[in-house]
Amino acid sequence: MATKPELPVNDPQLDPKTGEFRVIAPGYTFKSVTNVISRIVLTPHTPLFWFFGFTLAGSICVMLFTAVTWLFLKGVGIWGLDIPVGWGFAIINFVWWIGIGHAGTLISAILLLFKQQWRNSISRFAEAMTIFAVICAGMFPLIHVGRPWLGYWLFPYPNTMNVWPQFRSPLLWDVFAVSTYATISVVFWYIGLVPDLGTMRDNAKSKLAQYFYGIISLGWRGSVKHWMRYETASLLLAGLATPLVLSVHTVISFDFAVAVLPGWHTTIFPPYFVAGAIYSGFAMVLTLAIPIRTLYHLEGLITIRHIDNMCKVMLATGLIVAYGYGSDLFFAWYSASHWEYFMMWNRMFGPMGWAYWVLITCNIALPQLLWLRTFRLSPGKVFIMSLIINAGMWFERFVIIVTSLYRDFLPSSWGTYKATRWDYAVFIGTMGLFTALFFLFIRVLPMMPMSEIRMLLPQAKVRPEPEPLEAGD
Amino acid sequence: MPMREGIYGLLAEFDTPGELVVAAKAAYDSGWRRLDCYTPYPLEEAAEAIGFHRNYVPLICLIGGLMGLAAMFLMETWVAVFAYPLNIAGRPLFSWPAFAIPAYEWTILWSGLSAAFGMLAMCGLPALYHPLFNAPNFRTGATTDKFFLCLEANDPKFSVVESRSFLEGFRPVSIVEVEY
Repeated sequence: MATKPELPVNDPQLDPKTGEFRVIAPGYTFKSVTNVISRIVLTPHTPLFWFFGFTLAGSICVMLFTAVTWLFLKGVGIWGLDIPVGWGFAIINFVWWIGIGHAGTLISAILLLFKQQWRNSISRFAEAMTIFAVICAGMFPLIHVGRPWLGYWLFPYPNTMNVWPQFRSPLLWDVFAVSTYATISVVFWYIGLVPDLGTMRDNAKSKLAQYFYGIISLGWRGSVKHWMRYETASLLLAGLATPLVLSVHTVISFDFAVAVLPGWHTTIFPPYFVAGAIYSGFAMVLTLAIPIRTLYHLEGLITIRHIDNMCKVMLATGLIVAYGYGSDLFFAWYSASHWEYFMMWNRMFGPMGWAYWVLITCNIALPQLLWLRTFRLSPGKVFIMSLIINAGMWFERFVIIVTSLYRDFLPSSWGTYKATRWDYAVFIGTMGLFTALFFLFIRVLPMMPMSEIRMLLPQAKVRPEPEPLEAGD
Repeated sequence: MPMREGIYGLLAEFDTPGELVVAAKAAYDSGWRRLDCYTPYPLEEAAEAIGFHRNYVPLICLIGGLMGLAAMFLMETWVAVFAYPLNIAGRPLFSWPAFAIPAYEWTILWSGLSAAFGMLAMCGLPALYHPLFNAPNFRTGATTDKFFLCLEANDPKFSVVESRSFLEGFRPVSIVEVEY
């Protein structure tokens, strides 16, 4: 994009060659990149806001533990679940959290394959976000099964009952999709961390930190042979994570689309779920990145360029999601099935119609502001927009799940759904867990990949024509 | 474990990637084979310069993935057809399109794990001790901002005096003898 005339021509944030915002502010060296990032972790002075944030998130997390303990004692009856709405907050939250996780994989894997180097500074904490979101998501099916201590029955294993799982069910596909996703995300993240942990080990001053980073860095010493294998493995993992992330939300959408319920039984579900997942995930990355860059003064590494690019990705995926809603409407009309037709009417104008309009406002109407360049370049406004989109995506799952279930074929079996305080306690509690884990992450591990940021610096290139030197012999 | 005695190699330190690549290429061209470069970020030119062109991580990944695919698909078939046949809405017992999905996930799972752990194994990691960590300037530079070339003592061309003068020709910041 060309520079707009209202921007100063000699703005140091702009690259003079292309007129675009720089990915990294000028003036960084290998040493200063290392110091800026590792200092956040290695400093003995934890900032005050960290304690404040961690305490707040931790106390919300305690609420989660209380709610889950009570759930285990009393059973799922303490939730608002009933017939006909047998899938409530637990599944809504599961889909919402796992969708958030998908942006981390997108940034770390798909953008790596497309050689989008701007991703380098945000990839690490986006991957961490993925892992913590998957932890929150994975909790819901486990606590939802009613007898969580028998959760291992989901897996095929030889048992004295001689019973095996039913491999034609999307719910079992989900077990493999989500467990694979969690494992590969953790491995990808950890492999990416290893060289940086070597840097942490070498920069740590305290004995404890040296031992800690020394052990978890696995003895990384930066041999170019190791680097080449490491690069191959990263590319392979990225290449594998890309179809994986697409398949995970596709399989989750099969949980719905394979059922014959009006509002669920459509072929648009897989692409529309995947786009929605990336949409909400980028919103969550922005929700995390904007406060972090301000609080830790990382504006030189997470630049306006990153925020601008992420807004563009949100705009594009948001439009795919809008297409999905449009196609829902179209199929309700084109199917000529009055069950489908009624479902859509009920979704929009029934007793829970307000949720549909909240979703349209948050996911389609307001995000159109992202077309404005001035809006995208303002971190404060983008932060508020990211919260709105997160809320909108939660409502999307609410609308899909609850409004399809509570009034299906037979009016005699209609009902309603009302979440109880325990539903809310678990939902808000997972946000506390997510935030607390994230605070721990930014305090203990380098939140940006130092080695990848070094590659972005101009001095990292081997000069095309190195001056000839006399060999020693 | 018996401690090894003697010199591991000569370690030359450079400030820029360009100088390292020139030195590494000259060393490789004059017959050195047991040598390695150490850089704070992946430097493909340096790997090319010391004749490291390909690695076997993709092969390990492929084998792992095929094994994951086969294991899951065969297990599903065995469970659904032989061990616990269930009639689900009259579908055939061998419903391979449904089995393809968990098999696909396991292909990715096992190829990913093979790529990651195969890479570590081929690199000989984890290795918490390495003689290079004894060099005083290695730990402050190799993972931060310096570029190192190490000529190893087990190369037949190695000689403390001659190899040092060979390295000095490239004007490194320093040359250190690394002990085991």
